[in-house]
Amino acid sequence: MKGLARQFLILVFCFATTLLLAQHENDAVGHDHSSSAEVETVDHQAGESEHAAPHTAEKYNPSPAVMNHIGDAHEFHIWGQISIPLPCITYEEGQGLSFFSSASFHHGTMAYNGYVLDHGVLRKAIGFPTREGVELEAIHTDQDGHAHYVHTEEVKDEVGKIAEHKTIHYQGQTYPLESSSKIFAATSWTDFSITKNVFTMFLATILLFLIFFGMKRFYANNEGKAPRGLTNFMEPFFEFMRDEVVKPSIGPKWEKYMGLIMSLFFFILVCNLLGLIPFFPGSGNVMGNISVTIVLALITFVVVNFSGNKHYWQHIFWMPNVPVPIKILFIPIELAGLFIKPFTLLIRLFANITAGHTIILSLVSLIFIFGEVGQNVGGASVGAVVAFIFVAFMNLLELLVAVLQAFIFALLSALYIGAAVEEHHHEEAH
Amino acid sequence: MTGTLAAVGAGLAVIGAGIGIGQIGGKAMEAIARQPEAVGDIRTNMLIAAALVEGAALATIVLAFFA
Repeated sequence: MKGLARQFLILVFCFATTLLLAQHENDAVGHDHSSSAEVETVDHQAGESEHAAPHTAEKYNPSPAVMNHIGDAHEFHIWGQISIPLPCITYEEGQGLSFFSSASFHHGTMAYNGYVLDHGVLRKAIGFPTREGVELEAIHTDQDGHAHYVHTEEVKDEVGKIAEHKTIHYQGQTYPLESSSKIFAATSWTDFSITKNVFTMFLATILLFLIFFGMKRFYANNEGKAPRGLTNFMEPFFEFMRDEVVKPSIGPKWEKYMGLIMSLFFFILVCNLLGLIPFFPGSGNVMGNISVTIVLALITFVVVNFSGNKHYWQHIFWMPNVPVPIKILFIPIELAGLFIKPFTLLIRLFANITAGHTIILSLVSLIFIFGEVGQNVGGASVGAVVAFIFVAFMNLLELLVAVLQAFIFALLSALYIGAAVEEHHHEEAH
Repeated sequence: MTGTLAAVGAGLAVIGAGIGIGQIGGKAMEAIARQPEAVGDIRTNMLIAAALVEGAALATIVLAFFA
């Protein structure tokens, strides 16, 4: 009976997931309308009147909606015009830091201090009046009555790479939009906002603090007694990681690195699981953001190379027990391996989580592909049934992937550290 | 027809990963059948090897994705 109840709950969860994602997607259809319609008008070199023309016979292209949903955002979008705002913190040269809420954009219909919110993402309008709460002018309204304010134009450069040029219109003038500074693409402003991903990371950290400090208090108060409740639930995970991963992989010096491996494992695990919840406290695609995985892999890289002993470096620069030409041949290979190891670590985590989210969102897009953007209700129903079955299955698979990827990341980090601190006895061994 | 070559590349990478992970899984099954008592060690090593193969394939897919 209990097992049946649990299975029912899992099914309800999966169904809720599909529905909520579908609601998301519904709005994204509108998004897509705006961009493709605009590209068309650009192609035809048509005037303003063409902007408002409805485009009903177009095919649904799911990729912009999917890309928007796996990306980071400055608000938690729930459905339609309902979203949970997040604090925005921006830095501009000469202006310093400015703090404001993403609610000041009124769901993207207003500009604030020269910034606009484009589908949940903050962008700066260059040369735009820096006043508070400037009402934007809609450039296009789709048949559902959704107004769109940002004009997206896809421009191909000489190597055939497609770049998006976004602009807004205000009082007869066009202002280009600018993204925040990236490492390799500096712009006029830098974004320090508490975005969806940052919020999810804070939430994961707070959850882990609560769980593990609660466990610590339990053990202190109930010495010698069997664990109960949450402590009982978490203990096997912790013991498994300690006895099956940290101890055998690192060797006698395991205690020094246990904190790092455990933090990596539980942080990645909690972030992944939060990312699978399709509504407010979750839905942040943290490990599907390459910057996050880069930093995690960088931590492993630094720890591995700073704890590397004489034997570790000897194996890289002067491999023992092989002829001299081979020793020289090994130097570049081992040096490359030094960087390839953390690189594969970060790519594996990023790609697995991104792939999972993309597959789920693509399956939800089936509703709109079969439904021909609301033209074919029967097709949409078939799509919904198919998408429900597959999304339910994918969500269960994603639960496995969430745990497996956290485990693999921790295990490989432990193995790399283990290889760096291992004491070799080559002369005796060979 | 943009991105077609990248898609072909991603497909080739998946073929390679499929063969690799299939080999690992198959051999692990054989090993478990031969020595059921070593199932824990075999599983861990299988996951490590599968993760390494997958890492190479995913690197290619990510390159194809952003190409």
